Amino acid sequence: MIAADLLVAQNIGFAIIAAIMVIGALRVVTTSNVVHAALWLVVVLDGAAAQYVLLAAEFVAITQVLVYIGAVMVLFLFGTMLTRARIGVETDLNNKNWFMGVPVAVLLFATLAIALNDGFGDQRLPSDSPVVSTQQLSDQIFGPYLLPFWALSFVLLAAVIGAIVLSRRD
Amino acid sequence: MLAAATEMTETVLSSGWFLENAWIIPIIPAISFALIIFFGKRMPKKGSEFGVASMLGALVFSAGAAYQWIQRVNGAEEGAYIAPIVKTWTWWQNDGVSLGIGQHVDGLTVTILLVVAFISSLVQIYSLEYLRGDRRYTHFFASLTLFSAGMLNMVVAENMIQLILGWEIMGLCSFMLIGHWWEEGANSRAALKAFFTTRTGDIGLLTGTAVLYFAANERTTKTLGVSGFSIRGLSSWALSGDPSSAAITVGAVALFIAAIGKSGQFPLHTWLPDAMAGPTPVSSLLHSSTMVVAGVFLVARVYPVFFEGLNILGSGANFIVIIGGITIVIAALLAFVQTDIKKVLAYSTVSQLGYMMMGLGAGAWLPAVFHIFTHAFFKACLFLGAGSISHSSSHHSFEMKKDMGGLRKFMPITFTTWIISTLALCGVFPFSGFFSKDEIIDNVGYAGYNVFMIVGLAGAFLTAAYMTRATYLTFFGSPRGASAGEHHEEEGHGAHASHDDHAHDSHDTHGHDAHASHDDHASHGPHESGWLITAPLIILATLALSSGFLNAAPFGHSWENFKKWVEPSAEVINPTGIAYVTGGAGEARISSDEPTEPVVGEEAHSGAPLAAASGEEDHSKEEGHHKSDCGTKTPVDGVCVAPQLNHAPFKWSKAGLSMLIVFAGMLSSWILCVQLYERKNKKLVGLTERNKALGAGYKFLVNKYYLDALYENVIVRSIAHPIARGAYWINQNILDGIVNGAGTSAKTVAGWVYRNVDQKLVDGAVNGSGNAAQAAGGALQPVQSGKVNMYGALLFGSAAIGALILVIINT
Amino acid sequence: MLLNQFLILGAVLFCIGVYGVIARKNAVMVLMSIELILNSVNINLLAFSLRNGSVDGHTFALYVIAVAAAEVGVGLAMVLLMYRNRRSIGLDELSEMKG
Repeated sequence: MIAADLLVAQNIGFAIIAAIMVIGALRVVTTSNVVHAALWLVVVLDGAAAQYVLLAAEFVAITQVLVYIGAVMVLFLFGTMLTRARIGVETDLNNKNWFMGVPVAVLLFATLAIALNDGFGDQRLPSDSPVVSTQQLSDQIFGPYLLPFWALSFVLLAAVIGAIVLSRRD
Repeated sequence: MLAAATEMTETVLSSGWFLENAWIIPIIPAISFALIIFFGKRMPKKGSEFGVASMLGALVFSAGAAYQWIQRVNGAEEGAYIAPIVKTWTWWQNDGVSLGIGQHVDGLTVTILLVVAFISSLVQIYSLEYLRGDRRYTHFFASLTLFSAGMLNMVVAENMIQLILGWEIMGLCSFMLIGHWWEEGANSRAALKAFFTTRTGDIGLLTGTAVLYFAANERTTKTLGVSGFSIRGLSSWALSGDPSSAAITVGAVALFIAAIGKSGQFPLHTWLPDAMAGPTPVSSLLHSSTMVVAGVFLVARVYPVFFEGLNILGSGANFIVIIGGITIVIAALLAFVQTDIKKVLAYSTVSQLGYMMMGLGAGAWLPAVFHIFTHAFFKACLFLGAGSISHSSSHHSFEMKKDMGGLRKFMPITFTTWIISTLALCGVFPFSGFFSKDEIIDNVGYAGYNVFMIVGLAGAFLTAAYMTRATYLTFFGSPRGASAGEHHEEEGHGAHASHDDHAHDSHDTHGHDAHASHDDHASHGPHESGWLITAPLIILATLALSSGFLNAAPFGHSWENFKKWVEPSAEVINPTGIAYVTGGAGEARISSDEPTEPVVGEEAHSGAPLAAASGEEDHSKEEGHHKSDCGTKTPVDGVCVAPQLNHAPFKWSKAGLSMLIVFAGMLSSWILCVQLYERKNKKLVGLTERNKALGAGYKFLVNKYYLDALYENVIVRSIAHPIARGAYWINQNILDGIVNGAGTSAKTVAGWVYRNVDQKLVDGAVNGSGNAAQAAGGALQPVQSGKVNMYGALLFGSAAIGALILVIINT
Repeated sequence: MLLNQFLILGAVLFCIGVYGVIARKNAVMVLMSIELILNSVNINLLAFSLRNGSVDGHTFALYVIAVAAAEVGVGLAMVLLMYRNRRSIGLDELSEMKG
């Protein structure tokens, strides 16, 4: 049990990063500035990367930063730019029935929370597990999960072609 | 007794294809009937080709069957039992009752088959000319063919049900043919009268068949394996001593009532003269040679039933012989006062049928059947001759006094054939009637029925007399009326309404056209008919001359071929010997089992045969061969199918006496005719008006003994009218009331249902469901807003709810 | 560390993402909310992967990231198209499939 307590540092780190993430997420969905929303999303994604590190998933954390923040968010910003979103505050970023989202989200959360508590209430994560090495990861990808990897390549190919086709100007 | 004690003599009898397949004979005209009905109008000769061809085909088959039967008889020993060719095919079976259809071919069958097929063929050929241009030519031939099919079926019938089928078909066709020109009321009335009168007799047929079936069935299934409908079964049962006298007498009387109706015996003879309203070929086919002998055929066919049931040869008088005798006399008397030549012939037919019945009633089976055979030829010839006269000379009139006379100069062929047939009818040697009619009278006397023999002789006198009168009025004297070339105007024909074969209706173009063509004839005066008419006359006259020699008893035993071929042997036979033909068109095996000792059994008859009591001839010396006890004693083992009958030995003295009577009749009638019609002798003309007694007698005869008045006005009216009125009342008030009431209540209910159920309930439900659907649709419409956010909300919301439910269920 | 804390974090992010999908009008904002959801899934995957000591979760987290990238690419292309046709990317205007 002492070993468990030695994880106090991780717990505190987790708590802080979690708080930042939640606030950032809330800002994403409530802000009235598109660009701000994108930036808050970056905060969330960063926080997620930090959490991945806490979860001994370094490679995934790096990939998250590189791909998500580096590429996807840039994409988002480009999209915002190309669709002439107003710089600055917009008034009507919520649609007419935004209030329906609240009960849905609350209900969903309540359900999930109850279920999770019930299911995994007292399970601890192992404290002394080694960090997953890239070697291990690649062994898995190019081993048992080769097929999804290839399928994924097709998905990406399709996405690329699809995006180009869709946005062609003719 | 014979030395050959228990020896079984096996005789193999020859058979043949025609005998085996005689059941085809009625089918040929039946198929032809269907063809005429469906295709006749389109054929070049309007369907008559089918008719004539089918009758000739039937004739060929019948001749073949007759030939093979003769071979069969000739191939067997004298006096042996010749088994008939019997075949059955069961068409209905239930709970022990099985009905069959098939053939029963023996000598009687082939005789009548030949007669029917032959006369039908001749009449159809005759009709080709006689009815040319008639308005219903095709249907005439159809009915004629169907009639032949029906009668042929009756003749080959294996059981009573099949016989009844043929009987009824004949009755139907008779109705259709008598009423062929139904546009005139008299014709359709005559047809109805014929139908209803024979129908009255048919009650007897059905009753008799039923009674005999129930009485006989058990015994016949036990001994012979056939049902109580089978002809063989009934014959053997009747002679087996088994039947209770009540059952068999009732059956015999009932069946004889049917014969009375169909064969025109007193008192149901009234329809036959009226049936002359039909075309002449119909009269010559149906109402002289074939249909009317159906009753005689019935009696001859199941003769043992009558023999036992009415105690023929066992008592002084029986029902059949009495009726036959009465019929002979009353019909002959009525023939004297007729002015219509066909009616003379009709009454003559009734009288001759009376002879046949009297013969059967007195045990003279073979002479009666032979008389059927010969009578068919000369009577058909006489009728066809009358038709020939009307067709070519008297301008379609049949009135002797008005439109005929002196025709012998103009129609030599018709005259010659008429004379031949008349002589045959009167029974003059060597014409055929001598060999048949005189045999009847002879045998009646021989069997001990002396009174009836005298009646027969008196009938012969009267026959000669009225036929001479008819001949004189038609062929001698001076031509009168149409024969004199007088051209009757249209109105004039009104007098001949009942049998003129062209419509008086001026709208009938057919009648006019044919009339026009005949006008040419009439303007030429009387003349001989065409060859299509005279050829049948010549053929029939030749047969009237020669057919007697088939059974010429005067010339000795070897001349009696008809008897050899047709009369059933009265031997006692082993039941298993009544052959079903074994193996194809081959042979029939019978065992003829001769009894060893005198058969000791119960007396089947109540008294000794009448002939023995008369003490005349010694019967056992008669034919020189063994006489069986069938009919007098019950057979102990084996069955009898025919009773032992006696034959009077021919004596020239008896023949001479009857010939004298006939000549006396002819002479006295001739003298009277000459005096009355030619010389117009003052003493004779108008005699019936001056003399009260004679006048009353004449009036009585002219009104046909007031029988028609009795039947129509008294019996029919008293029964039918109240019933008709009652039925009408029931119909109007009860039946119509029910129908109307049903209608009114249906209407009311319908109105109520419409208002309440239909409008409110059903429409309400329908409209309500429509409204509900619309409302639901309207309510659900916002769900499909097309907005992604909304869809997203729905998606996640339902996922949340689903998850909640899952969680709740699993905890 | 409790397993639950990561899972609850994931649940919170998920629900916030759901709210964003429902409530936001701008198509790009909706896509961002979807990113939130995907990230919460990733956290879940990795947490369980650590608990079970296997690498499968990592693998799938990588795959999710890749798919998310592809999806954003296509989604933004569609948004672009939408903008080109209507000069606006408000999702509430996109209701031609309305029944």
